[in-house]
Amino acid sequence: MQASRSSNIWKNLDWITVGLFLTLMLLGWLNIYGASYTFDSTSIIDFSNRAGKQFHWILGTLVLAVVLLLIDYKTYDILAYIAYGAMILLLLATPVLAHNIKGSMSWISIGPVSLQPAEFAKCIVALAVAKYMGRYEFKIRTWRDMIIPFGLIGVPMLIIMVWQKETGSALVFLAFLLAFYRQGMSGYVLWVIAAVVALFITSIRLGDEVLPLGTGSVGILTCMLLLTVVEIYFLCKEHRMRYQALILVGSVIGIYGLALILNIFVTIPFDWLSMAVVLLLVAYNIGISLYWHKYKLLILAGFTIFCMGYTHACKYAFSHVLQPHQRIRIEVLLGMKEDPNGAGYNVNQARIAIGSGRFTGKGYLNGTQTKLQFVPEQDTDFIFCTVGEEWGFLGSITVLGLYLFFILRLIKIAERQRNVSTRIYAYIVAGIFLFHLTVNVGMVLGLLPVIGIPLPFFSYGGSSLWGFTLLLFILLRLDAARMEQLR
Amino acid sequence: MINDPNYKRAYVISGIAVVIVLAYVIRLFYLQVIDQSTANQAESNALVKQTIYPSRGLIYDRNGELLVFNQPIYEVTMVVRDMGKQFDTIAFCNCLNISREDFEARMVEIKDTKKNRGYSSWTPQVFMNQLKKEDIAALQESLYLFPGIHLQKRTLRDYTYCSAAHVLGSVGEVNQSDMDRDDYYGRGDYAGRDGLEKTYEKQLRGEKGVEVLMRDARGRIQGSYQDGKQDKPAKAGTDLQITIDIQLQMLAEELLANKLGSAVAIEPKTGEILALVSTPAWDPKVLVGKERSANYNALLKDPNRPLYNRATQAMYPPGSTFKTIMTLVCMHQKSLTVNTVYPCSGKESKPIPCTHHHGSAITLENAIEQSCNPYFWCAFRDLLQKDGYGKDNADFRKRYESWRNDVMSFGLGQKFQDTDIGDQSAGSIPSLALYDRLYGKTGWKAITIRSLSIGQGELLVTPLQLANQAAIIANDGYYITPHLNKNDSMLSHIHHVDIEKPYFDILKNGMQRVMIYGTGRHVAIDSLHMAGKTGTAQNPHGNDHAVFIGMAPVEDPQIVVAVVVETSGYGATWAAPVASMMMEQYLTGEVKRKNMKREYINKVVPNASVKKQ
Repeated sequence: MQASRSSNIWKNLDWITVGLFLTLMLLGWLNIYGASYTFDSTSIIDFSNRAGKQFHWILGTLVLAVVLLLIDYKTYDILAYIAYGAMILLLLATPVLAHNIKGSMSWISIGPVSLQPAEFAKCIVALAVAKYMGRYEFKIRTWRDMIIPFGLIGVPMLIIMVWQKETGSALVFLAFLLAFYRQGMSGYVLWVIAAVVALFITSIRLGDEVLPLGTGSVGILTCMLLLTVVEIYFLCKEHRMRYQALILVGSVIGIYGLALILNIFVTIPFDWLSMAVVLLLVAYNIGISLYWHKYKLLILAGFTIFCMGYTHACKYAFSHVLQPHQRIRIEVLLGMKEDPNGAGYNVNQARIAIGSGRFTGKGYLNGTQTKLQFVPEQDTDFIFCTVGEEWGFLGSITVLGLYLFFILRLIKIAERQRNVSTRIYAYIVAGIFLFHLTVNVGMVLGLLPVIGIPLPFFSYGGSSLWGFTLLLFILLRLDAARMEQLR
Repeated sequence: MINDPNYKRAYVISGIAVVIVLAYVIRLFYLQVIDQSTANQAESNALVKQTIYPSRGLIYDRNGELLVFNQPIYEVTMVVRDMGKQFDTIAFCNCLNISREDFEARMVEIKDTKKNRGYSSWTPQVFMNQLKKEDIAALQESLYLFPGIHLQKRTLRDYTYCSAAHVLGSVGEVNQSDMDRDDYYGRGDYAGRDGLEKTYEKQLRGEKGVEVLMRDARGRIQGSYQDGKQDKPAKAGTDLQITIDIQLQMLAEELLANKLGSAVAIEPKTGEILALVSTPAWDPKVLVGKERSANYNALLKDPNRPLYNRATQAMYPPGSTFKTIMTLVCMHQKSLTVNTVYPCSGKESKPIPCTHHHGSAITLENAIEQSCNPYFWCAFRDLLQKDGYGKDNADFRKRYESWRNDVMSFGLGQKFQDTDIGDQSAGSIPSLALYDRLYGKTGWKAITIRSLSIGQGELLVTPLQLANQAAIIANDGYYITPHLNKNDSMLSHIHHVDIEKPYFDILKNGMQRVMIYGTGRHVAIDSLHMAGKTGTAQNPHGNDHAVFIGMAPVEDPQIVVAVVVETSGYGATWAAPVASMMMEQYLTGEVKRKNMKREYINKVVPNASVKKQ
């Protein structure tokens, strides 16, 4: 019985995912060696250098993976809540236990190794959320149904963000939204979050930049243009208006075109103009909704008005409410202030390192920028620089392609689950990997603010590697048992 | 499968992943394929190109004697970060023979980023430079005691003899226009500024090498880039052997040391310049290294203009030495024969009286020997008036023009185009146009330009041209462009003068008689069979210039010499001895006439210091 089940596991295991996992981990290891390689470097498995240490983490991870596969799949479901409770306690305890280690709040030491509990929290929270939302009686009908799932992720998120001051690790929990969305949460939630983030960043990042034509701030204009697009899109989608959409788009373009021409003679305040355009659209929205008795769309109008206010509030709060040192932190985060020793330096050096790789790269172990330590954190959060410099455009898109394949594979695995819990868990896993990929690579490419989270399987570090392994192999274990599960 | 109203959202989620990755691919494409700026930034970040300076080619004289070589000089550099707290400042100061205060002051200077903009405690900073080997000997021995201190070797020019400064020229730092003209040069590079150093700059300088090193984010050198695949070794400059005989050169310099003068000696068969002397000169060692610009400015301000190369740039009336050319041209143009007789006194010679005492009505060889002015005036007049004046002086002008052409075929009135001698003057053989301008087209006759016949008037030549003229006579009618590079035979640069050989024999006969019976008899050595011609050129600004051209041995000349001593007096007194001793030196290897030499050296030119160009 025991033997047949275990042979079942190896037969039902998704070997493609395992292969991708091994490939990414191996490539990561090679690049860590490349990034930490200096001229007197010794062997790739020498424990004294980073690559050597990572080799030991990898050995550990392989053992962990096998153990996870050998555990009965039901265990994960059974232990989910207990583990969740224990995890919360551990997260609370971490800053206390870690008090004496380099002033860090998120690391605890067990013998010779230091671990970051936050890296393991993702997996345990995912199991708990999946268990809760996978219950037969659970359905997302109104926002009230989401209170407990949001609570389940909100608590560890707050602890990590406020208590441990690890913003990056906390933000990862946003990835759960993808799973919620798949389970039926309104798509508007994603839009609202995307809009809130985009408007915040745009209004602050570009708020003080003056338009080259006329007067006004680039930030406000951009935000208003964004709102214009959102307003027209949803209005016309909901009312199934086709040619009206064309008329609306045409009029908006016409107004801006006219303003551009008039700008030759008189100075046009483009930010006020853009706000007026949005307000006109909102008025049209309200009018048409009342006329056709489609009151649902009044929410859109309300949201748009809210966003207009929010845009200005952000800008106002940023320059009047925040303390100067908080402001500078955000400005550096958004790359507005050149801070040679901080984020600005990293991003610029990363851009140089990647850019200098050109099409085919400088060749393995030939990267000058990473090797000579121009890029800080080059073997952890900025490991993608090494890929970009030494393997060039071809190598970079190959790695990105592998990640995309990996994430799409996880989605495919999710979709083939008969057990809702497992599917939710699979989506959370896919979401977490996508979030890490997006934020990490986006940061290295200078597209997103510098938030220190690792690139899965690539970045140096035992906690993150084991954390990701935990996530993935529990999923693979559950997937291998998908035929045995009913619902 | 399971009835799930939201199953389509799987595609939305997949779509989000695809869109994000695509956006990143586009960004990567921009960074790595389109945007070109990062490659350079990365290079300047990480690569240091260190120039390896080649050693400059050496210069030897015609006998293989080393004239110019490179002396090593040293720079003491320090990497402040590596020096550490245990650095023994006092011992270090003792090694360099400086005081502790000097050390502290210099350290403040080094660390002042306003003055020393490239300062980094991680990179080598120059502590002291241009130190001689003996200055750093003590430090070199105990260098191991001083972490962070390094010795950097560079080279400067050095000279075996205090001689030939004008010929050799000097090496100095390049300026902006040099760098614009030739992108081989970088700031702080050295190049030949004048003389042979300039002419043969490309040969002597060699080729710089480059070593590409990597440095890390803190500026520390981390070793060579790509295992030295991009490195290029320096190519040493090619040595240069020159035609100068340094012993001969030094003799002439010694003789002329306290005078304003010049001497040029040429080996006539080859056009090789054996000596090219201009005085006053300077010690080539003073235009080297740290003191170069100060010393150069001092030389520039010197009223005697030492930087002016009189041998090639100064123009003098040739005086009586021009009678050699008059002899040849007049005979070639069939207006004069060896037996032609002109009286030396009386009506005919009136405009130009004879300055010597000899019997009247003499023949050509006698006239040369005695340097008889009226004789050559008469010869010149008869040449110009041979066909009469004609309508509007047309026939006369034709005669003058053909006389001028023949004179210019001796290389006069123009610069040597195909030579490696730098700054030259062209001299002047007056043209018809010049006289037309002065006197009107029909306003001048033979008598107007009579001074030309005795090498005066508008006639101007350089000492180099004079020597070359002697070489033509020695060669019976040809010359090879005078040059200084011994490795280039210049055989293709042969120039023939259209004058028949017998006339040269007549002339040489006369010139030999000058040295036996005439104005040169006091300085001649019979056994050397010298031939020559003295000249005393009138100088409107002061005393006459002494001029002499000569050759020896006359049957098969090995050396020709031209000497000019400014504002001194008679050619026989001031110029001929120099030429004679130079010929003696070159042909016998020494000057036996010690008294004559000593006397000449001690002889002071009257009013030499008030000389005005």
